Amino acid sequence: MIKTVVSTALPVDERLLIKKNVINHGNQNKRICIVTGTHDDELEGQYVCFRLNQIIQQNLEKLNGTVEIYPALNPLGIDSITRGIPGFDLDMNRIFPGNPDGTMAEQAAYTLIRDLQGADMVIDIHSSNIFLREIPQVRINVNTADTLVPYAKLLDVDFIWVHEAATVLEATLAHSLNSLDTPTLVVEMGVGMRINHGYGNWLVNGILNLMHTLGIWAEAPEANSISTPVVSAGNRVSFLNADASGVFLTEIKNNMIVEKGEKIGEIVSPLTGEVFQTVEAPTRGLLFTLRAYPIVYQGSLLARIHQF
Amino acid sequence: MESPFRDTFRIQGFRFGEGEKSLALVGAMRGNEIQQQYICSQVVNRLATLEKEGRLVPGILVVPSVNPFSMNIEKRFWAMDNTDINRMFPGYDRGETTQRIAAALFEAIQGYTYGIQLASFYIPGDFVPHVRITQTGYEDTATAALFGLPFVCLYKPLPFDTTLLNYNWQIWNTKAFSLYSGGNDTVEGKDVADCVHTIFRFMHRTGLIDYTDYSSPDYNSRLLDEEELVSVRTPVSGILYKMKHACDVVKKGEVMASVIDPYYGHVLMEIQAPTNGVVFFAHNKSLVLQNTVVYKIA
Repeated sequence: MIKTVVSTALPVDERLLIKKNVINHGNQNKRICIVTGTHDDELEGQYVCFRLNQIIQQNLEKLNGTVEIYPALNPLGIDSITRGIPGFDLDMNRIFPGNPDGTMAEQAAYTLIRDLQGADMVIDIHSSNIFLREIPQVRINVNTADTLVPYAKLLDVDFIWVHEAATVLEATLAHSLNSLDTPTLVVEMGVGMRINHGYGNWLVNGILNLMHTLGIWAEAPEANSISTPVVSAGNRVSFLNADASGVFLTEIKNNMIVEKGEKIGEIVSPLTGEVFQTVEAPTRGLLFTLRAYPIVYQGSLLARIHQF
Repeated sequence: MESPFRDTFRIQGFRFGEGEKSLALVGAMRGNEIQQQYICSQVVNRLATLEKEGRLVPGILVVPSVNPFSMNIEKRFWAMDNTDINRMFPGYDRGETTQRIAAALFEAIQGYTYGIQLASFYIPGDFVPHVRITQTGYEDTATAALFGLPFVCLYKPLPFDTTLLNYNWQIWNTKAFSLYSGGNDTVEGKDVADCVHTIFRFMHRTGLIDYTDYSSPDYNSRLLDEEELVSVRTPVSGILYKMKHACDVVKKGEVMASVIDPYYGHVLMEIQAPTNGVVFFAHNKSLVLQNTVVYKIA
């Protein structure tokens, strides 16, 4: 059943509508929510929402509980190829838990939190941005790691990054829901403005696995179909930022083990033919983030490596 | 900083006198803060004269623009990745580009006794000229009153606000004030000239310059908490036709604006003042969404 969570009149003959699909079967009250489309250059979640919808509706007898699918928390953005909310300065994932007396965006954030609160699990799907390519991973604030890492391991991802707490991240959807005792996992995978079907299928498999563990889905995926992720905790992630501005060229693929000193790529000048910087791995480890957009300034993030 | 294809990115600062760090003034941090840049340029111009005449104490730094790259191509935020330099403080010199810009600026403007930022707000609108201060526990409202602006407004920071310059300046022991001159785009008009005078009044009263400008009104500032402001909303959407603007005095029940049906042209709703007061904030776009705050009354 399609339900409208937020409905606000726009100036000329249109409403801002944030919708969810509520799929219910069986006699159990457990509820899992799949949310995506906060940043609207991140499209990987669209495929996951579509496939989950298909699989669950075609196998409804296996469902015992409620699945709620929210494909677009920011529908105005996704329809206009805008990462943020058109006409609004702040990042939508920095205004939670929202404000009923604030701007349209803050009111929507407030309503969404009220709607999601109390779910047995929320999966918030992101896909980096147009600049970076990410392997399928779950990101977890260190303060919620004990509770959430066991769930994240069920999601058929390659990597779990337990990161340090930061004040600025307290305004994310995931932090706000976790603070309200609604367990929420943040998935990052792929690259902005593109859909990787393989990554999407893995995550769908993982979500069904998680639902099975929660008792919402009758069928367990094949045991050997679920990846065992690398768990990174305790500041073992190296960030490689550009030392020069130019064009970043790389022959390397994401999701591989790199050796210390191994070449990741180079930053070059198309005007002079110079190589400004040869980018090398500072450590041996798993390359889990790689620059996708070639034009870089000093400081642009090129790669992230989990140190072994 | 070199760019991939454009000219070198430069942030220019104008230092008046070496030695002590008395006051740092920061102008446009976003590409549309033209008013803020203009005001700084006027301050630079007059300080240069005062320096020649020996009428200022050393240690005043003015940075008219932190972001000429965005202003030159009419973008509000950093053009490459749409990040906001004013949400990157205290910065990180090994981090992303705008974190590095923030770090470089913060290093240059740190340790000053007074810090003034000419700021703009995340919601589009016009303001009563005022001083805005983040509540950090270090805020100095008595010194803020020396600007002689109508209001000194305190606000509690949200998590996202801990990356603002004003917040970080205070944490690093600078008395920090964000000055809202009223708008972004315009450089003409009395409000803009008054803002320039206000900065010189502050410098005079803090003993930094031997110069007084009497050509703008000098208010006994009213201290208010942002939460005291009364919000006026439009329950309906449409075309907003404003009768009241920032700085206007309103009486309870007075019609402030109408919302017009965008197809039929009739008045969908009249927006009435819920209280007596001064229009502190006025929405400055002609279109309104449902439940938009179109005014805030002090």
